[in-house]
Amino acid sequence: MPRINSHAELEELRKSILLKRDLNKPCIAVCTGTGCLALGAAEVVAAIREEIKKQGLEVKVDVRETGCPGFCERGTVVVIYPEEIDYLQVQPGDAGEIVSQTIVNKKVIDRLLYVDPTTGEKIVHESEIPFYKNQMRLLIGNNIKIDPKSIDDYLALGGYSALAKVLSQMTPEQVLEEVKKSNLRGRGGAGFPAGRKWEFTRNAPDEIKYVIVNADEGDPGAFMDRALLEGNPHSVLEGLIIGAYAIGSHEGYIYVRQEYPLAVENVGIAIKQAEEHGLLGRDILGSGFDFNIKVHRGAGAFVCGEETGLLMSLQGKAGEPRPRPPYPAIKGLWDKPTNINNVETWANVPLIINKGASWFTSIGTEGSKGTKIFSLVGKVNNTGLVEVPMGITLRDIIYEVGGGIPGDKRFKAVQTGGPSGGCIPEEQLHMKVDFDELTKAGSIMGSGGMIVMDEDTCMVDIARYFLNFLADESCGKCTACREGIRQMLKILTRITEGTGREGDIELLEEIAEVTRDASLCALGRTAPNPVLSTIRYFRDEYEAHIKEKRCPAYVCKELISYYIDPNKCKACMICLRNCPVGAITGGKKQIHVIDQEKCTKCGTCFELCPPRFGAVKRISGEPVPAPIPEEVKIIAKKGEEG
Amino acid sequence: MKEIYLEIDGKVVKAREGMTILEAARSAGISIPTLCYHEKLEPYAACRICAVEVESQGRTNVVAACVHPVEEKLVVRTRSEKVIKIRKMLLELMLAHAPEAKVLQDLAQEYGVNEVRFEKEPSFCVLCGLCVRYCAEVKKKNAIGFVDRGTRREVIFIPEVVSKECPRCKECFSLCPTEALQAKFVLTQVLIFPSPSSSGKETEE
Amino acid sequence: MDNDKIDEVINKCQGDQSLLIQVLLEIQRENHWLPNEILGRISKKLNIPLNRIYHIATFYKAFSLLPRGRHEIRICMGTACHVRGGVRTLDRAEQALGIKAGQTTPDMKFTLETVNCLGCCALGPVMVVDGKYYGKIAPSKAEDVLRNYD
Repeated sequence: MPRINSHAELEELRKSILLKRDLNKPCIAVCTGTGCLALGAAEVVAAIREEIKKQGLEVKVDVRETGCPGFCERGTVVVIYPEEIDYLQVQPGDAGEIVSQTIVNKKVIDRLLYVDPTTGEKIVHESEIPFYKNQMRLLIGNNIKIDPKSIDDYLALGGYSALAKVLSQMTPEQVLEEVKKSNLRGRGGAGFPAGRKWEFTRNAPDEIKYVIVNADEGDPGAFMDRALLEGNPHSVLEGLIIGAYAIGSHEGYIYVRQEYPLAVENVGIAIKQAEEHGLLGRDILGSGFDFNIKVHRGAGAFVCGEETGLLMSLQGKAGEPRPRPPYPAIKGLWDKPTNINNVETWANVPLIINKGASWFTSIGTEGSKGTKIFSLVGKVNNTGLVEVPMGITLRDIIYEVGGGIPGDKRFKAVQTGGPSGGCIPEEQLHMKVDFDELTKAGSIMGSGGMIVMDEDTCMVDIARYFLNFLADESCGKCTACREGIRQMLKILTRITEGTGREGDIELLEEIAEVTRDASLCALGRTAPNPVLSTIRYFRDEYEAHIKEKRCPAYVCKELISYYIDPNKCKACMICLRNCPVGAITGGKKQIHVIDQEKCTKCGTCFELCPPRFGAVKRISGEPVPAPIPEEVKIIAKKGEEG
Repeated sequence: MKEIYLEIDGKVVKAREGMTILEAARSAGISIPTLCYHEKLEPYAACRICAVEVESQGRTNVVAACVHPVEEKLVVRTRSEKVIKIRKMLLELMLAHAPEAKVLQDLAQEYGVNEVRFEKEPSFCVLCGLCVRYCAEVKKKNAIGFVDRGTRREVIFIPEVVSKECPRCKECFSLCPTEALQAKFVLTQVLIFPSPSSSGKETEE
Repeated sequence: MDNDKIDEVINKCQGDQSLLIQVLLEIQRENHWLPNEILGRISKKLNIPLNRIYHIATFYKAFSLLPRGRHEIRICMGTACHVRGGVRTLDRAEQALGIKAGQTTPDMKFTLETVNCLGCCALGPVMVVDGKYYGKIAPSKAEDVLRNYD
């Protein structure tokens, strides 16, 4: 592979790649991101390749294994080019038809198309599917178009042109100005202006500086960075190299959580390819600028997503954050000025350079520019990754893009910001999503996790869930965090178990204040957010748990009972046979009764009772009705009401 | 070293660049309580008892005085309402683990902590880290260490090292604010030397 | 894992103590757990005090200081899976195997772990056994799946 030694040579190479590509040649793109792989994407690819071979079409059809385009609810996603026909929920068994019908006969397979839930209309083209149409897919839109293991795919799309522009036409100061002008705020959670952080690092008095990609993505439910790193690693590399140039750094690290082996693999391949092409390493593109990147794996610690925790881990220590000042921009890795940014932040840099800061600031709100990728998950129809402009309303994200709540259930809250964030209720759905609005509402943008919750979610249980998570993930060093979380968790557990007391809410708030003010790092300081925001918007649920021993959402096991309504039970035996602890008595014509002593509240009977009977009820806050007398239990004749 | 003027509790204090708020306060005769701080050791900022309120460039924050560097025109409040609230809660939280510790009881009296509303879980150790840090930084033996994380964080003696070093040292014992350390040591000894007549027996590697 | 293999991994970092975690990750992957002897060996070869190695081996979830079972079950406890009822799947698995999350069955057949988000939220609740993903897994289904492993 000949090294590219100038901007001109890069464009030559790009031209030659494009010339070799026939845009009319059929290409079957299959998503092989971790989500679709879990659904069998590898088998789909194998089946398609097999079919192509069988029909002797290897030269005529390309197969491209891509990264995640975001429509995870409908995986495995397959897109046929050049027509851009979008097939969803593809199985290996569909391979034959796809090749024979769509590739050879140019016919669309109806049953694999997206169906609009309201009109019933089938939509053929990816760009017309509401899930995609209502997004602004500047970053993630490219995922389906490239094979992450191919640098040529990235180059064909214009990749590395920003880097070439920077190295041949701009000084580091000019790059810095452009990023500052763009007002790009960190996408990892805190939303600190990236340009300013770069400037602090650049101005720090030290020859040696480091730049780091934070790919620790620990928020449960968030997988945006994974999709970017797995699916388009070169976009992140390009951003990092540009940033290194602007800051004056010659050594960079990509810190990837070890739970992302595919991301580690693909970014490693991308680095090698970039080095071979002279886009990384010594004398990049003949500019004289040297820069090298090393990949470091995390070892399973959420706290290593915190800047200084990450630095400790990189240095081979336990991920215990350290106090600031000094800030990493002044004293970071090995006490040298270090700039750490999130994956998505770095991925935005080539866009800003290519299209300009003015273009970037035309998107979004006053305080938050550009787009944000959210992982929209939980009780929502279109679970997946969505990229939208800042300023879009929560309602639009959840309903226009997300397709609303499944099963006609009522929306209850949306949780953003992971364990550092809060829950936002229905009355705030009109909110224009941006950093400051979310903070005002008692949450944070966070890394982009957006968990939708419905009427079946218990908000007290959610607060307990997050504190339980943090009790394990906190480094444990400082008293305010460790002990504050310990005691808040104990109180919340008591409340969910039915032993909540008057004064518990006030005590929670008291501890929360100290944990928030006195903790050493951001993990501790934001730990109270889930508790405080649920108390703020759902105090009535807390009070129901404490005063009435009632869980309005029927989640907290100790507060609910399952009961079979004798008026509705048809003695069909389904629940009886499936109860894992044999707690249901009854028979073929005998009404079923749950033995409350044996019942483990697993909910299986509730799930399995046929909807047309609906005999299993959940009770909370009141005693279970006494069992009916033996004689009445027999269903005498068919058709007679029991 | 550059001279820096800051304000602590309304008093103008002269300090040198590189000093911490704690050092500056002490030099001016202003006392800030500490627990995990020790002159011979690197400041650790774990107990948070030395928390103070600082104001600079229009923003207020709570920081640990033992590590926070002095700044020109920094305004420090060592006994504001917020700081008192913080110290009281921290003491309550620690007393749940070490209800008999004299150091904690004295501070509790000073700050008016009369009851501990938390269930007592006497692990005795408040994880101040004085023992671990002393053995690492001063004795350089590393016979004690932290393990695990979060609410499961603990201090343990490393058996392989204890058998070689501790019987003739034991300097960390006097540092422990709750006397949890002596108890831990005895327990560790029992595990290393299980048989009753083994006080003189050194274990092999 | 024999000493030569261990030394090979240790020597890869050429004495750079900051690579301790990477060394441990590789040995964990090869050996499936970190016995005391190996930790002692690393301590000597990299000149890192044992207390620091214990702290790191217990601080990070990727490491296991106990032998693991033949089959590794990971049940996702991420927020999305939690909201979709992931706890009930865990409860069922714990009940069926007679162990709690983090433990290994006495016959060394299964190790049950929880994970904080696999990033397959569309499939929630998710259970992974030996790398094979089972999505939208109801508690009763979970027990059936586990019965098929020997």
